Amino acid sequence: MNRIRTAPPRYWLVALTLVFFLGFPTVISSFLASEWTQALILAIAIMGLNILVGYSGQLSLGHGAFMALGAYVSAILAHRYKMDYLVTVPIAAVFTGGVGFLFGIPALRLSPLYLALATFALAVVTPSLIKRPAGLTGGVQGILVLQPDPPDFAREAFAFVTGTAMTSDQWIYYITLLLAVVLFWLAWNLVRHRPGRAMRAIRDGEVAAAASGVNVAGYKTLAFGISAFYGGTAGSLFALSTGFISPDTFPVSLSIQLLVGAVVGGLASIPGPLLGAIFAFFLPIGSNQWVPSQTWLPDQITSTVKNAGPAVSYGVVLILIMMFAPNGIVGLLRSGYVILNRRLRGASDPKTGQMPPDPQTV
Amino acid sequence: MALLEVRELSVRFGGVVALDRVSFDVDAGQVVALIGPNGAGKTTLFNVITRVYRPSGGTVLVSGRSVQTIRSHHVIRHGLARTFQNVALFRSMTVLDNVLVGDHTQTRSGWLQASVPLPGAVAAESASRKRALEMIDFVGLGAHAERPVATLPFGFQKRVELARALVSKPRLLLLDEPAGGISHEEVDAMARLLRRVHTDLDVTMLLVEHHMAFVMGICDRVVVLDFGKKIAEGSPAEVQRNPAVIEAYLGAA
Repeated sequence: MNRIRTAPPRYWLVALTLVFFLGFPTVISSFLASEWTQALILAIAIMGLNILVGYSGQLSLGHGAFMALGAYVSAILAHRYKMDYLVTVPIAAVFTGGVGFLFGIPALRLSPLYLALATFALAVVTPSLIKRPAGLTGGVQGILVLQPDPPDFAREAFAFVTGTAMTSDQWIYYITLLLAVVLFWLAWNLVRHRPGRAMRAIRDGEVAAAASGVNVAGYKTLAFGISAFYGGTAGSLFALSTGFISPDTFPVSLSIQLLVGAVVGGLASIPGPLLGAIFAFFLPIGSNQWVPSQTWLPDQITSTVKNAGPAVSYGVVLILIMMFAPNGIVGLLRSGYVILNRRLRGASDPKTGQMPPDPQTV
Repeated sequence: MALLEVRELSVRFGGVVALDRVSFDVDAGQVVALIGPNGAGKTTLFNVITRVYRPSGGTVLVSGRSVQTIRSHHVIRHGLARTFQNVALFRSMTVLDNVLVGDHTQTRSGWLQASVPLPGAVAAESASRKRALEMIDFVGLGAHAERPVATLPFGFQKRVELARALVSKPRLLLLDEPAGGISHEEVDAMARLLRRVHTDLDVTMLLVEHHMAFVMGICDRVVVLDFGKKIAEGSPAEVQRNPAVIEAYLGAA
């Protein structure tokens, strides 16, 4: 009991977030639930990218390629070999992780800018690469993925709460939520223990990290592998939630969207990818629907704004975030919390307060 | 057999000879200073010992084993830890996390054990934290363990770096200008701290330093480099009287 009362505020936040995500689909439409599923999938992929970029300091502009790989591995296994789709998710994740690990080995030899270019090239060629083996991938036709029906226990529980039948979309939402929670928890454990510290040390200074005994090459490739594992999981779930994948499902802009989400959410933080994913997923949709309704504007201007609207408002918001929240949404929230804490309690925060005098112990 | 043996070591960068057939030993239990004017090759020597640079000729032996056969991130496992001239801390991390990275080789838990957290990894983590906090206390920064290192003054950062090196339980500590860039009082405190490192933790030290009073105060032996060559070696008093050393520092009389 005492442990609950003295728990740091972040545990309360985690609990609240969990309750929110668990209860949300019971009050929104099945269609909205499937949108939130995709936001969660994006969050998983962005968490993978965050481990690579935020924690180990290697830039990737091509993480959509790992999502594509995971999606196709799952879809092919389920479609051609009639495997249960949920069984294919871990297979796709591990396979993609292995490929990412192998990709990380030549990446070691590249300077940061060239690594960015190489991963970007990967994202560019991915759609064409998928089209080639048409017998396997269905070429431009793509692959249809059958969405599973919810099992009885989930159906009954959902009906008990909402009084309506559970749809496949809602069932997929809960599968995604479960995997997202597990993967975020794993990432949180990873980054606050020895391997995560080693990765951050490499990001901050490779020579000093090696002098401390950190295997720089080993951890850099490991980060690539783990990152691709997350990407593969996300891709596999993505195919499941959309029910259909084709080469055009994984354009270059998907990779960019992932990076935008990682940066906007806040690099090297655990809640960052979730917030970044919600931003990166819903802002383009929101700005698409944004139409100026003022009647006094001339038609020409209205139509221009209508056409340019989504891209422009997306860009403007991005620039504003870069200006006012250089550490992402999480950085903004953290500094807000520190200021609020200082105002309310009047106490100096241990991280920002006055420097105490020199230690007298030596 | 000496703990560290430098044998006929040469390093060339293009046409520049940074080190020219330098030889000396560091015996276990000693505190040896490496002095010399700027550009004498002191930091280059450190970088060869810790496998940042390759020598063009000669060898460095650690307990009889050539460092050339040791991978750079394994050097610390052979009991060699170092600090850097202008402090190379992990700037986005806290004092504790920096020192915990120094403890990297004392634990083994890999990514799988850490992610799931298996009981072994959790136990290793808490033992690691305990060692790190003890070392942070030892260097006198106990009250600052949770602070980000970037917010600390330079003198404190040097101690964090010292703690990060010491937590790996080195036999030989390489210190690159431990008294460089810090205030007068901090220099004295650093000298006292290093004496305790030598006596309490039983660590052999090789240090590069310009601050002569500091060197004379804590070192048993001094090796003098000038333009990549060893020009003198001996006790602090001997070296101070050596005409070649006086000439190197003050120019020909």
